[in-house]
Amino acid sequence: MIFENLTDFGWMGGHGPYVWSAYGVALLIIGYNLISAVAHRRRVTEMNQKRRSQECDS
Amino acid sequence: MGNLFHRLGSPRPFYEISGIVLPSVGILTLISLAVGFIWALGIAPPDYQQGHSVRIMYIHVPAAIVAQSSYMMMATAGAVFLIWRIKIADMALQCAAPIGASLTFLALVTGAIWGKPTWGTWWVWDARLTSTLVLLFLFIGVIVLRSAKEGSESVGRATAILAVVGLINLPIIKFSVDWWFTLHQPSSFSLTESPSMPPEMWLPLLVMVVGFYLFFFFIWTYRVRTEILKREHRSQWVRSIDDI
Repeated sequence: MIFENLTDFGWMGGHGPYVWSAYGVALLIIGYNLISAVAHRRRVTEMNQKRRSQECDS
Repeated sequence: MGNLFHRLGSPRPFYEISGIVLPSVGILTLISLAVGFIWALGIAPPDYQQGHSVRIMYIHVPAAIVAQSSYMMMATAGAVFLIWRIKIADMALQCAAPIGASLTFLALVTGAIWGKPTWGTWWVWDARLTSTLVLLFLFIGVIVLRSAKEGSESVGRATAILAVVGLINLPIIKFSVDWWFTLHQPSSFSLTESPSMPPEMWLPLLVMVVGFYLFFFFIWTYRVRTEILKREHRSQWVRSIDDI
């Protein structure tokens, strides 16, 4: 570790707010990609199942 | 090898082979990003001029590199679709666009956050920044155009043409720092002018670049698999998959 304690790690010589917000946005973008991909998969799966059950009914 | 590529051009083999590869890619992505984040935030040294704000580089540079690569890949898929009309190339194009857009957005935002303590401003309308903004608009254009009519071949071709024409922007981004005076150049110069970036810095950067590439590949493969299920829903083999 390059930092002596947690306060130093958070503050980063005054650059903390910039560094942490950049990493925060990175995590948000990573999370957004994961969630939207999984949500899209769910929608498609549900639609396919719906189509299949409609075919069975008719 | 040629046979493998040939098979990957058809939806069903692509779905089956990617299903085998995807879990390992996911684990590798997780490991490399976790190692990269910890290394970049807590172990890599501060820059002698920029201090700790240089840590933003470990997000900004990989995001920008992978964003441009994903455009390259998207346009290549577009060209393949235009020439050979391979269906999966159209899906490849469609699935690369949202990931590329989000990474370009990340590169722009982290660039702005890095710019404030380094240059004293969030944004300037110079060549590198503006051409990267154009890259974001190109991605958005591709997303909007492709969604005009899902699965339609003519819309797919129009989108592919847009993606291929937009390729002209990539060399503009790359050489913008040489062709025009930009604020971006002096900043990156201070890192690259010295004989070489010290290994304590380029090693974590390399890990992050690999992590971002893997992440792109992971999400892209996952999205292409979804698209296959969507477009091939009538085929027997998709109907037989219950646990999707």
